Amino acid sequence: MIAFLLRRIGQGLLVMVAVGMMAFALFRFVGDPVNQLVGPDASEEDRERIRVEIGLKDPVALQFSRYIWRAAHLDFGFSYQFKQPVTKLIAERLPATMELAFVAVSIALVLGVLLGVYTGLHRDSFLSNVFLTVSLIGISLPTFLIGILLIFLFAVQLKVMPSFGRGQVVDLGFWTTGFLTASGRSALVLPAITLGLFQMTLTMRLVRSEMLEIMRLDFIKFARARGLKNRAIHFGHAFKNTLIPVITVTGLQFGTTIAFAIITETVFQWPGMGNLFLRAVQTVDIPIMACYLMMIGFLFVLINFIVDILYFVVDPRLRHVTKVAL
Amino acid sequence: MRFDRLWRGRLLRSAGALTVMAGLMLGAPLVEAKTFRMAFQGNLNTLDPYTINETFTHAMNGSYYEGLTRRGPDLTIIPGLAERWELVEPTRWRFHLRKNVKFHGGEAFTADDVLFSAERIRQPNSDLKARIPADAQFVKVDDFTVDVVLKTPNPILIADWDTFYVMSKAWTEKNNASEVVSAKATTPGFTTLNANGTGPFSVVSHQPGVKTVLKANPGWWNAAKKDYNIDEVVFTPIANDATRVAALLSGEVDWADPIPPQDQERVNSSPTTSMLAGPETRTIYLGMDQMRDKLVPPAEVPGDKNPFKDVRVRKAMFLAIDEDAIASRIMRGLARPSALMIDPNLVDKYGKDFVRPKSDPAQSEKLFDEAGYPRVGGAQGTRFTVGLDCPNDRYVNDAAICQAVIGMLARVGVKVVPIIQPRAQYFAKILAGGGYNSNFYLLGWTPGTNDSHNVLTQIVGCRDEKGSGGRGVANVAGYCNPKIEELAQKVLVETNTDVRAGLVRDAWKLLVDDWGYIPLHQQALAWGISKKVKMAQRPDNIVMLYHVQLAD
Repeated sequence: MIAFLLRRIGQGLLVMVAVGMMAFALFRFVGDPVNQLVGPDASEEDRERIRVEIGLKDPVALQFSRYIWRAAHLDFGFSYQFKQPVTKLIAERLPATMELAFVAVSIALVLGVLLGVYTGLHRDSFLSNVFLTVSLIGISLPTFLIGILLIFLFAVQLKVMPSFGRGQVVDLGFWTTGFLTASGRSALVLPAITLGLFQMTLTMRLVRSEMLEIMRLDFIKFARARGLKNRAIHFGHAFKNTLIPVITVTGLQFGTTIAFAIITETVFQWPGMGNLFLRAVQTVDIPIMACYLMMIGFLFVLINFIVDILYFVVDPRLRHVTKVAL
Repeated sequence: MRFDRLWRGRLLRSAGALTVMAGLMLGAPLVEAKTFRMAFQGNLNTLDPYTINETFTHAMNGSYYEGLTRRGPDLTIIPGLAERWELVEPTRWRFHLRKNVKFHGGEAFTADDVLFSAERIRQPNSDLKARIPADAQFVKVDDFTVDVVLKTPNPILIADWDTFYVMSKAWTEKNNASEVVSAKATTPGFTTLNANGTGPFSVVSHQPGVKTVLKANPGWWNAAKKDYNIDEVVFTPIANDATRVAALLSGEVDWADPIPPQDQERVNSSPTTSMLAGPETRTIYLGMDQMRDKLVPPAEVPGDKNPFKDVRVRKAMFLAIDEDAIASRIMRGLARPSALMIDPNLVDKYGKDFVRPKSDPAQSEKLFDEAGYPRVGGAQGTRFTVGLDCPNDRYVNDAAICQAVIGMLARVGVKVVPIIQPRAQYFAKILAGGGYNSNFYLLGWTPGTNDSHNVLTQIVGCRDEKGSGGRGVANVAGYCNPKIEELAQKVLVETNTDVRAGLVRDAWKLLVDDWGYIPLHQQALAWGISKKVKMAQRPDNIVMLYHVQLAD
């Protein structure tokens, strides 16, 4: 177990160094940051001076090691556009993205699992077909279109939901939350649905196909032969066994949800990290882009790590196998 | 009996409801603050008034900071923190400062603040150095009189002083913020997030990229004559066009900028919103590289010559482009074709005398032939090939304009290779930083001074390779005409307005006759506002929050 964890941590570090190299490459190869720092009528002398001052003229190896050293200390430099430390900006935006992703994933999981179990058990019922058809929309329509459609229906036409922003937020010192105010909660609804729809569909279809698969297996037949109640068979035996793939996919999808909240956040002007990142791309604010890249890389490494541990907890077979293998 | 009780219950209930309603009707206007909610496509990145020379930043900063002068809704220069000023002699301006003005923090405004600000704005890190000539001296005569001593006369000294905002010396020094927060800052500057001006509003909170809240300043020196009734301003940047329009239509913001042309009809037809689309002072134009002897790739010219050095080719290019079609089709009427490289309203006296020549493809073809660039390979052949650099997220319909230009030039046998990129990459390639790497490009320019001299030096003025003093810095084409250069020098120092207007006209005439640039149009502003709002719209796209009236 410990060797397994250590190996995982080592692999994670390797991934992080690779991501760090890519993040660093951004500084070297994406546009000329000096143009973002000064107005269009700054002179060439000024531009050259700035290039020297921000270290763009140093040897590449020196710049890279300096970058990694600082990144290890959570110092990602200063945003070109905001003149603020990147770490501070990201920390300010983190709560917004995390709350949005949390609500989106919760909606996706609860609805996805319920609908998945239902459609798996009643595979030919009318309602199942309706759910499956409607869920196709969730997979086939691009996120920004769903977001804009929701805005035009619920914000512009019906005027029941806000079209942008986070509403009134409460500052807890280390975290700003929208959960504590009515406007904050209603502002969460549309973006969370937009962000969660794809994952809900995915979860639902996954649970459904797993349920169909497992209901055909022998141990279900034996359970029936033992005279167990339907509910016990469905939830006690069948559903529990669908959970392994659901955990894997949901875990990885949680990372994707945060990483791809970019589009949803832009459509709803959600003041989160994704929005910050997209604006950074548009204005070639490389420190923010690089930091975001490192952070998402770290997030995926972390999630993979946690998912690996969860396997151990959920699946006794895996525990046994690794003991033999190591 | 039952009937009676029922009645009484109803009566009581309706009486209660009435009281509540009356309370709402009477109480609401007293309690509820009037909030003006704005959405703009870009961020307010800094509150430091000298960090970046950019229109929206100036507009927002101008609601809590003020300059010695201001500009009214029609761009006329009016007194600001200086009550009045006079020219003591051609090189000495005297400013009489307003008395009893206080900064938001309570500091009294005096000549020391002006001297301090004049020094600070000229620091190396400032992006607004050009607001004051480097050799101008600020002299304190007394607490409320400041003299500005110049080396040479300068009639437009104060032309862009409406955005030379005055900061409090005591406050700035107390917070260790005397250094301008440079655009490449490596320490968070105090002034980036905090502001302390004399203006009609003060900053309540500022979260860059998220939300900025201002509140009305009851102690404003001009409060007695104020032209606004809002108590609070909430600004949110909304980058996505569709979301910004939706926020306006749903009534969640009162002002949104810009509204894309295709949504303007929708905004106008909504019962609660309308467009404010006056002309902007920004001129959109095409430039042709006239500096290099051989054009950079992807250009392919027979004999490796630079065709744009020939005035006949420049004229032929000009005549091939149908600006009327661009204005009516692509801009949907939201543009005014321009004969000059500047809004004609900004040219004293003679602005309207210049008429844009109509497009004439036949004559254009003839000129190309005369210049020695015949069609190669028959009547549909190509004369030469050039690349056209174009941004796709900077000006209204920029990429669409470029595509139209490519088609129009194809008609007369010039093959144009589109190089269409986001603004960050685009500016990096064509401006000084990229070595002016372009054959042919589309650019827009708003003269910060609202005066021809700015355009005549920065775009038309010969490119000074050292880029000193900003001369020719945005002259990507490398156009150079010593006669215009000479006139621009005279324009700078001429104090007689009539003579000056004549000099300006002569300079523009020279450029027009030389077909040096291809001005296209002044685009229209694209503000969407709630019908509850009454506000002035200034042609330089500065939002004046102190001219906003909000109905209940």
